[in-house]
Amino acid sequence: MADLINSTKKFFRKIGTVIKTFFWNIRRVLNNIKKRIGKFLDKHNLNFASKFPGWAKALLYLSPALIVLAIFTFWPIINAFALVVYENYNMTTDTITGYTVFGNFITVLTDESFIVPASHTGSSAVINTLIIVFISVPVSVLLALFISAALNSIKPLKGFFQTIYFLPYVTNTIAIGLVFAYMFKADGGLVNEFLSFFGVQSDGLSWVESGAVYWRSMFVLIFYSIWSTLAFKIMVFLTSIQGIDKQYYQAAAIDATPRSKIFSRITVPLISPMIFYILVTSVIGAFKIYNSIVALFGTSGAPAGVDYNLQSIVMYIYQFIDGSNAGNLSVAAAGSLILFAIILVLTLVQMQVSKKRVHY
Amino acid sequence: MELRLENLTKIFTNKTGIETTAVSELDITIESGTLVGLLGPSGCGKSTTLFMIAGLEKPTGGKIFFGDDDVTKLAPEKRGIGLVFQNYALYPHMTVYNNILFPLENLDVPREEAIERVKEMANLVGIGTLLDRKPSQLSGGQQQRVAIARALVKKPRVLLLDEPLSNLDARLRLQMREEIKRIQRETGITTIFVTHDQEEAMSISDKMVVLDFGVKQQYDSPQQMYTDPDNLFVAKFLGNPPINTFEAEVKKGYMMINGDKFMKFDVPDGLYDIGMRPENFRATEDGFKVAIKDIFHIGRDTMIHFDFNGVNVRALVDSDDIEEKQKFVNLSIKPNRVYMFDKKTGEVVSHG
Repeated sequence: MADLINSTKKFFRKIGTVIKTFFWNIRRVLNNIKKRIGKFLDKHNLNFASKFPGWAKALLYLSPALIVLAIFTFWPIINAFALVVYENYNMTTDTITGYTVFGNFITVLTDESFIVPASHTGSSAVINTLIIVFISVPVSVLLALFISAALNSIKPLKGFFQTIYFLPYVTNTIAIGLVFAYMFKADGGLVNEFLSFFGVQSDGLSWVESGAVYWRSMFVLIFYSIWSTLAFKIMVFLTSIQGIDKQYYQAAAIDATPRSKIFSRITVPLISPMIFYILVTSVIGAFKIYNSIVALFGTSGAPAGVDYNLQSIVMYIYQFIDGSNAGNLSVAAAGSLILFAIILVLTLVQMQVSKKRVHY
Repeated sequence: MELRLENLTKIFTNKTGIETTAVSELDITIESGTLVGLLGPSGCGKSTTLFMIAGLEKPTGGKIFFGDDDVTKLAPEKRGIGLVFQNYALYPHMTVYNNILFPLENLDVPREEAIERVKEMANLVGIGTLLDRKPSQLSGGQQQRVAIARALVKKPRVLLLDEPLSNLDARLRLQMREEIKRIQRETGITTIFVTHDQEEAMSISDKMVVLDFGVKQQYDSPQQMYTDPDNLFVAKFLGNPPINTFEAEVKKGYMMINGDKFMKFDVPDGLYDIGMRPENFRATEDGFKVAIKDIFHIGRDTMIHFDFNGVNVRALVDSDDIEEKQKFVNLSIKPNRVYMFDKKTGEVVSHG
């Protein structure tokens, strides 16, 4: 038996060697051809590549990415600045009635349900978004920090737990959103069952359906957005924690440092650049929240038959492109520029604050 | 405080179950207030020994005593040790001041006293003016001083240094060597110093332990170890240029070299490993005549190469005793500077 295994191993090793030799020889032939072509070009003074300046070559190699970026990113940004000065832009006829500097901004800012809650809704896009950003981001960052520190300190089944916590990242937002909606169902939903198990009166308690009050459905939304963004944060934190030199912990152990202090005085400062990165990107991400709301509440952005709306700024903008106010692209452009401004200001503030707190 | 290791053993077992003995039955008693160098080639278990004393590594067997306390099972923070790491492990996000203060934050020390102690330590190691800097703004030598201050500030019972000078350039190393010696003298703390550099260990230590494959070879004062090596390994490990070793037979009480009688020895006849240090040779009229193979004049000394029993041997002699184009030289060596080692065990058989 052992003989058989050994001879099989030998056989496969032999095949491996043959394959490696084959590719080695192919490389040799290709190198040879390259050399000959080069010589030929040099001889007949045909080597254009060497005549190009370095920046031109770089531009040539970058061009595929640049073209795609230009069409799908740069042009829309420029276009947004162009659209925002059009008055009464009509998408189908491609006509305008004139130009305006602030007109579209004023339309957005004074629109009910953008900043000021409309009388019949009781909530506005900006308020909704700010609530989501300022609750879900800090909570998820702190949670991710604790979970990754805990994951790092467990030894048995480490890989298993890391996989479990990473799963939400590879699952589909919409699908999980539907599962969440099902879990929070009033009748027979998992959450209500769970609550009643602990003696809480939760029969028919509505979370995401008609009859759900604003804070309950907002809770589900925040819970969901925390859960779905946690995985990536945990992964980033865990890898950076694992990259910390063990000697710091040994030094701390010799100095009788309690665990909580090791975490707050050594682990967190040492991964602070990563925490800052996660903080900035998740604030931006949370401001652009869209698909989790759709997944939980549908494109209306609210449970059926309620007098409020959970729509975010992006959802508000989207209604001018492909919703109830479709075709009003100038207003949509104004809305997205306002969102851009908010994110820019907040990021600048974060960068200022981080200067003292982040140790590179 | 006296530090005692009793039969200290560490065996590492890897995933496939193969055992590696890093430290084997180490028995050492370190007197209070001495600086002991743990010396050996890389992989000989010296750092493992240090980490076991620190408590970061659990011994497989044996005991560690600090004075009369058995600390073998004690957690590192309860042992009262200061440890300086090879690459210092200074917290990069804290200033020098906070780095030194950090160990005291976890002790029951009044704040004023803690600050006082930080300043005192900083002055002792000579970084009193750098307290506001971050470790990245310091040179290697300064970082080293901060690391020592951090280890000493909580007044440990034992100071452990893990290859503390290996990250420094040659000149700084010489300077820090003296600094460590001075700091140790001033504080009077029992210190263990791990190094693979024999010259460094010899110049700094009160006593040295030479380890090879986790086994103690000799525990003695540096000079004693140099002049009185217990075995071939120690003789070969110490000294620069290294000791000459070759085989020689003893016939009728005479050591035979190149077919001639070299010197009379009172040992049983047989084949021995012989060690002679290059600097112990003298060029004298009545010496043993050898043919010079190669000669290097290096100012004060002259290095001569010649053959002893077919092995190239080097002698370092005074330049005054030798002329430039000399073909032959008469060399003598004191009998007690000729080391004879058993062929099988490597133990010293006789010198003189």
